[in-house]
Amino acid sequence: MRVLDRKIIRDIWRLWAQVLAVALVMACGAATIIMAVGAYRSLDETRDAFYDRYKFGSVFASAVRAPNHLKSRIEAISGVSGAELRIVKPVLLDVIGMKEPGSGIAVSIPDHRMTKVNQLYVRQGRLPEPGRGVEVAVVESFAKAHGFVPGDQFGTIINGKKLTLNIVGIVLSPEYIYSLGPGEMVPNPKIFGVFYISEEVLRGLFDMEGSFNDLSITTMRNTELESVIKDIDALLEPYGGVGAYDREDQASNAFLDAELDQLRAMAKIIPPIFLFVSAFLVNMILSRLIALEREHVGLFKALGYGNIAIGGHYAKLVIVIAIIGILIGSGAGLWLGMGLTRLYASFYSYPFLLFEQSYDLYVLSAGITLTAALSGAVKSIWSVVILPPAVAMRPQAPTRYKSLFVGRMNFTRIFSQLTTMAFRHIIRWPVRFLMTTFGTALSVALLVTSLFSYDSIEDMIDVIFFQTDRQDVTLTFSDDRGQDVLWLVNKLPGVVRVEPFRATPVKLKNGHRTMQMSLLALSHETDLSQILDIDSAPMEPPKNGLVISERVADKLHLNLGDLVDVVLTKKSNRIASLPISGIAQSYVGLTAYMSFEALNRVMRDGQRVSGARIKIDEAKLDEFYEAVKETPVIASTALQDISRDKFRETIEQNITTMTSVYIVLAVIITFGVIYNSARIQLSERARELASLRVFGFTRAEVSSVLMVELAIIVLLAQPLGWLLGYALSWSVVKGFETDLFRIPLVVNANTFAWASVVVLTAALVSALIVRRRIDHLDLISVLKTRE
Amino acid sequence: MPVSKNKPREIFKISHLSKIYRTGEVEVRAMNDVSLDMIEGEMTVLLGPSGSGKSTFLNIVGGLDQASSGTVFFKDMELTSFNERQLTRYRRDHVGFVFQFYNLIPSLTAWENVALVTEVSKNPMKAGDALAMVGLENRMTHFPAQLSGGEQQRVAIARAIAKRPEVLLCDEPTGALDSKTGIIVLDALTKVNEELGTTTAIITHNAGIQKIAHRVISFLDGKLSNCHENKSRIKPAEVVW
Ligand SMILES: Nc1ncnc2c1ncn2[C@@H]1O[C@H](COP(=O)(O)OP(=O)(O)O)[C@@H](O)[C@H]1O
Ligand SMILES: [Mg+2]
Repeated sequence: MRVLDRKIIRDIWRLWAQVLAVALVMACGAATIIMAVGAYRSLDETRDAFYDRYKFGSVFASAVRAPNHLKSRIEAISGVSGAELRIVKPVLLDVIGMKEPGSGIAVSIPDHRMTKVNQLYVRQGRLPEPGRGVEVAVVESFAKAHGFVPGDQFGTIINGKKLTLNIVGIVLSPEYIYSLGPGEMVPNPKIFGVFYISEEVLRGLFDMEGSFNDLSITTMRNTELESVIKDIDALLEPYGGVGAYDREDQASNAFLDAELDQLRAMAKIIPPIFLFVSAFLVNMILSRLIALEREHVGLFKALGYGNIAIGGHYAKLVIVIAIIGILIGSGAGLWLGMGLTRLYASFYSYPFLLFEQSYDLYVLSAGITLTAALSGAVKSIWSVVILPPAVAMRPQAPTRYKSLFVGRMNFTRIFSQLTTMAFRHIIRWPVRFLMTTFGTALSVALLVTSLFSYDSIEDMIDVIFFQTDRQDVTLTFSDDRGQDVLWLVNKLPGVVRVEPFRATPVKLKNGHRTMQMSLLALSHETDLSQILDIDSAPMEPPKNGLVISERVADKLHLNLGDLVDVVLTKKSNRIASLPISGIAQSYVGLTAYMSFEALNRVMRDGQRVSGARIKIDEAKLDEFYEAVKETPVIASTALQDISRDKFRETIEQNITTMTSVYIVLAVIITFGVIYNSARIQLSERARELASLRVFGFTRAEVSSVLMVELAIIVLLAQPLGWLLGYALSWSVVKGFETDLFRIPLVVNANTFAWASVVVLTAALVSALIVRRRIDHLDLISVLKTRE
Repeated sequence: MPVSKNKPREIFKISHLSKIYRTGEVEVRAMNDVSLDMIEGEMTVLLGPSGSGKSTFLNIVGGLDQASSGTVFFKDMELTSFNERQLTRYRRDHVGFVFQFYNLIPSLTAWENVALVTEVSKNPMKAGDALAMVGLENRMTHFPAQLSGGEQQRVAIARAIAKRPEVLLCDEPTGALDSKTGIIVLDALTKVNEELGTTTAIITHNAGIQKIAHRVISFLDGKLSNCHENKSRIKPAEVVW
């Protein structure tokens, strides 16, 4: 090994603590890239593989009741490679051991042949067959939640009839990787499941002889989906077609898209912070090292080493540090990435998980980390190159400090000499001071960004469950019904208040922009349901026109008072032109609201209701559940308590995992920045401090020279960090915003305080470590060595 | 290659050499119109008070610094016309330096400090041999911090001669040493000059040392004030400190 390379190894050995501190920051950069991009790719690959192998549909549609003879015409549409005509119906579940009724979706599978679209992965058992009673295959998540295995049974209420289903298989479907029950915000497999039943059996149960109500289609590569959708809409229109849509609007797929978008957003926001800090730390350490080795640089030049050799020497040092960081980061990134993928996957139903561990990801993260490190080194290395050899041979002149006069005020009169020394040092290296402050502020910001989600989620829960949707139970009827059904609901035990609603799928159109969503109509005297305007004030459902959520308004470029075309999908795509009479706040899904009367007027089919929101006397809950199970018109129930708890549990589990990771990352940054800055100060001022000790100052007094500067840095970093944290949180909120989900930007004082507590503690620990060094300063050797 | 007294050859021809340093608006005339020759194989002592331009002179001759005006020839190469790359080459191939504060790399052992040079030169001695020449064969694996000042300076001399340079330039090599170790260091330099025939220039402001040289050059205020040959030389041990 070349002698200069040995010097690198010994330098790294000697500076191990600082090297490790920087390498760890770099490791965080590399790890977060690998984690986020790795998890993104794994999930993307897994999804694609599942879709591909199990023939996930590319166009979907439903109708009220369409004749099976349409099949040949559907298959004849240009680009269609396979079509599956199915019966898909909501069912109520009555699982033993569960008081509350669950809900599910029953899906038909063809008899005596393979499904062509949305094939099932059979985890256990087999698929149901006709002629053997009511056999059912259930999705894995539901089976797991109840501990079901093939051979078990559970009760349902199908089309008003009580029925016991025999489980023969446990399956997974590309169509329901992510499945939400009605009214749920996160999957709750305990109270919601998907079941597959033989076509013949299901047709009988729902009186759907010779007809279907759901359609999935696979298409050939490069097919123009727009035109397929148009053709299908035309075919299904006479049969109550509800508008075909592609994968982008398919619920499960759309959720996965949103999740992947969030991972991508994370990959863009978090790693740059670490890369920036590591570049800065490299700059700080290297420029100090080179200042100390000025004469060595001169010596190398005198010995005839060229600029490339000398510059290369210092570059290698940085490269070695970066490699240490990259190795640690790759290991950590792999581990975190797998953990994150599992966390996400536990949330979804995949038959298998592909860990996408391609080399290019590691090469990419190593390349980015190295580039950041070297970009931090450029300035110092350049200073080596331009250092004239003769100058390098001369000892450096004493550092030039500036006097501390500000106007006519003399700081030295106000502060002690020691404090003045600290201030002079700050003024001498203002850029470094600012950068150190900024680096520390970034760790505060990182913590704020990871902790604020608790605040936002709590706010979201408050808004959704305690302000807008305050019902205890939401009932959905198996079809839109006449008002008389409410009388039935009112009679259910324990019911205190009933608020009917009507929901209908629509397309909103403004010029060439369109969006699909559900239009929700509420009655005027709502109390359980509230529409909140942008300032969170409740508003009445308008007598005329409709209220849309902020995101819908943004995406369709609509303002208050504008006219929008409402395409009534259930009314043969009849268009009603309605004014926008309000903009509402909404966190989940895309929504538009109308008043009950207004919608009924537009629909022209009388006073119809789709469901009701109910307040209930808790003491009578069990009786209520029993009665619901006996009531055929009720297709599904959603219980707010359960969905709120499940929501909180799921979200908080996710956030807690991520927050713990971020706290570790933020501590590493703080430590890297504060420790290095203290060490460098110590190295620059060792003689000064040793002299002070010799003059008779105490250890505490001498340390204070250094600690004052650190304290100023750490304290200034707090408000700056809060500000940066708020900005970063904002970008996270924006990055995470999708059509399906939006989190509000709420940062409580608590969060700022906690972020500061963590950073202050980490700073204190690093300061104490350096303080020990000051205490053990070897006075004689420090003063003897020449600088 | 012992010195041939019959036909002295100039290894450096220096004429009208000046150096002006500019720091901001201040101009310092560090060296002013210096002309002289240095003879191959000779040992020259450069004398003069602090600030008289000795280091400036040595740095230019050694290719560490560039002159403001005048010319320096090393054999038939005009150093004053060299660019940075050529100067680097020149230093690497022809010159050995010894500095007042030794300038050893603290994280490298004595042997490694010498190897720093042998690795990049064309026809070096073995690092161990160079250390043996200065009497440090038993100190090869020591780090600078484990060596005395005199020993460190001898490592520096070993490092300078290991490449078998044609010229050895020493800027106050004994400046940081007491008389006893100073003599050991001067002994080592004399030995190198005699055994290898290396043209040697030693800066000192200790006038007592001048008698060990073939030739003495004195500087005053950046100018050449005196230049004479010693009729008789003394051994380093006889130097009155
Ligand atoms: N890099 C420099 N910038 C400005 N002035 C310098 C520089 N180097 C040397 N000098 C000045 O040039 C003069 C000669 O310096 P030097 O050659 O080092 O003297 P000596 O080695 O004889 O003590 C001194 O006045 C010194 O201050
Ligand atoms: Mg000098």
